[in-house]
Amino acid sequence: MNSRAALRWGLVAVAAAVAAIFPLVFTSELVTQIAVDTLIFAGATAAWNIFSGYSGYISLGHAVFFGAGAYTAGVAAQDWQVSGAAEFLLMPLAAAVAALIAVPFGLIALRVRRHTFVVVTIAVFFIFQLMAFNLSVTGGSVGINAPFLGWAPATYNNPFYYLALIIAAGTTALSWLIRRSRFGLQLRAIRDDEDRARGLGVRAMRVKLAAFVISAVVMGLLGALWFFFIVQVLPQYGFDPLLDLSVALMAFLGGLGRVAGPVIGALILEPGQQYLTLHYSNSYVSEIILGSLFLLVILFLPRGILPFAEERITSWRGRRDDARDAAPGAPPGAQRAAAPAVIAPAPQPGTSGAHGAGRRGAR
Amino acid sequence: MGRELYRAVADGILGGGVYALMAVGLTLIFGVLDIINIAQGILVVLAAYLSSVLSVHLHLDLFVGLLVTIPVMFIVGVAIQWLFMRRLRGRERTSMSLLASYAVMIIIEGILYLGFGPDYVSLNAWYITSTVRVFGFYLPYIYLFGFGLAVLLVVSLYFMLYRTKFGRSLRATMQDQVAARLIGIDVNRVAALAFGIGVAVTAVGGMVFGATNAFNPNSGYDLISRLLAIIILGGLGSIGGALAAAVFMTTVESVVNIWSPTWSVVVFYAALVIVLTFRPNGLFGRRAVRAQ
Repeated sequence: MNSRAALRWGLVAVAAAVAAIFPLVFTSELVTQIAVDTLIFAGATAAWNIFSGYSGYISLGHAVFFGAGAYTAGVAAQDWQVSGAAEFLLMPLAAAVAALIAVPFGLIALRVRRHTFVVVTIAVFFIFQLMAFNLSVTGGSVGINAPFLGWAPATYNNPFYYLALIIAAGTTALSWLIRRSRFGLQLRAIRDDEDRARGLGVRAMRVKLAAFVISAVVMGLLGALWFFFIVQVLPQYGFDPLLDLSVALMAFLGGLGRVAGPVIGALILEPGQQYLTLHYSNSYVSEIILGSLFLLVILFLPRGILPFAEERITSWRGRRDDARDAAPGAPPGAQRAAAPAVIAPAPQPGTSGAHGAGRRGAR
Repeated sequence: MGRELYRAVADGILGGGVYALMAVGLTLIFGVLDIINIAQGILVVLAAYLSSVLSVHLHLDLFVGLLVTIPVMFIVGVAIQWLFMRRLRGRERTSMSLLASYAVMIIIEGILYLGFGPDYVSLNAWYITSTVRVFGFYLPYIYLFGFGLAVLLVVSLYFMLYRTKFGRSLRATMQDQVAARLIGIDVNRVAALAFGIGVAVTAVGGMVFGATNAFNPNSGYDLISRLLAIIILGGLGSIGGALAAAVFMTTVESVVNIWSPTWSVVVFYAALVIVLTFRPNGLFGRRAVRAQ
């Protein structure tokens, strides 16, 4: 599989090079603005995937950390009168606050599983949105404005682009490292069978909480960056239920629990959504299209683009190898055994009839 | 002080009836299909808009309009189950069904926004504007009518579940799908009907909600988060628990409302979080509703 590894690293290098020069080639402010939004979503989806994709606990409350990051940056910049580019120094603080919220949130929510977990995350999300509306520190429904940056309009988006790129790439790299590590294995063991994983000595609560906090930290960072970028935070946009849904949809579209899946999902969906919103000038039509797209993905591509494509390639390769290896006179079973890479074997002519009928009969 | 407290408790109980009805629909769907229908909130709003259209354009009385909206919502429910939920299979079915119903919710929300715009709407009838004296304070008639209707429907749902053959096959499906299928119950039919009935109750919920609150397409979020809190608090799949939790939640909210209207909703959710800390399966939930 050396050629596959080489291909993968080649693709990563090309993607990195394209991403690095993108704002130098496409200088239109509209394009770079959409690029920044896309990178923020790519990072957020990768972060969400580290927790929800690997552990199987679907969280619809990650916007809590995003909003908390945005509000932390906003309140701190306002109270300490931070101005200009110094505001970016507040991003670690935003991440720390997100982590501080994630610990008690996780300790309560991670005691329950499945539906109940999802519902608890939704409930906590609404508590935070209501607090943002009602607390005096958040400015209520007026929101908070970010410090003014006196940058030239033509290149205004570029620093945001590169910061978002660093966070998104860093999160994806972190996701890759976690997936290969013992920690990642423990998370996936929890996803497959939590009770058995505990029986094998996985400290489930600790592992789940660690993943939850890691993804919260990234969400906090991105929330602060997003706030500086759009210069204002309002309760309904800082704590946005559509963010939760979009992030989940992007991960499902690309491939849940995969390293590259969330990034692919975000790269497809976010520009599409931005385009639709611009095209129809109100968000209602894009909302309907987003929902319909989501349903189509769930119904027809339930495991996402990446696993689907891989399966196709593997089965195509398997069939090609079969055709090449087919020596005259050899029994078909021998060839099958010689091709272990085949995950979903194509029906074998001749034997498949009886085999398939037997299976159907057993059901 | 004492009077205000009385009033708040009465308000809470009367308002709780409608939430109980909507939550029972949600719990019924969960029990039979193992699906939490996130779209329940927006379906309530859809039903409220239907009632509003019928009363404004056809001048139907709101309660008479229910004769139209209940079958319509039943068909909507069966259609959602038939088109989307039925097709979900496999290991990720639970999370998929949540996401699918979430998607249905934002589609309906977008359609409602396109059709009716973001302005708040409220329903009108004589029993909404005129009041009646109950226990020393005045309440619009609709609170009593709505509560009465909710109680009537919950009782008839209960009767259907525990005293009819269909109810027995429904409860059998709730307990064990495979076994139910083996003894000859058409599980797919039961599932479609359960989804239909669970959604049909939103017709009544929507009418009473629309009569007691101003609403717009965005109201679905607030409703569904309350309903979810109620069914989790009551214990997923427990119908009695949903009833008790609905009344408990609305009463707590309206009592806190005496001191601080802005915080009353937060208390509602905080109660949920506190209960779950000590009883992860809710107040009336069985231990581990179904193993993961």
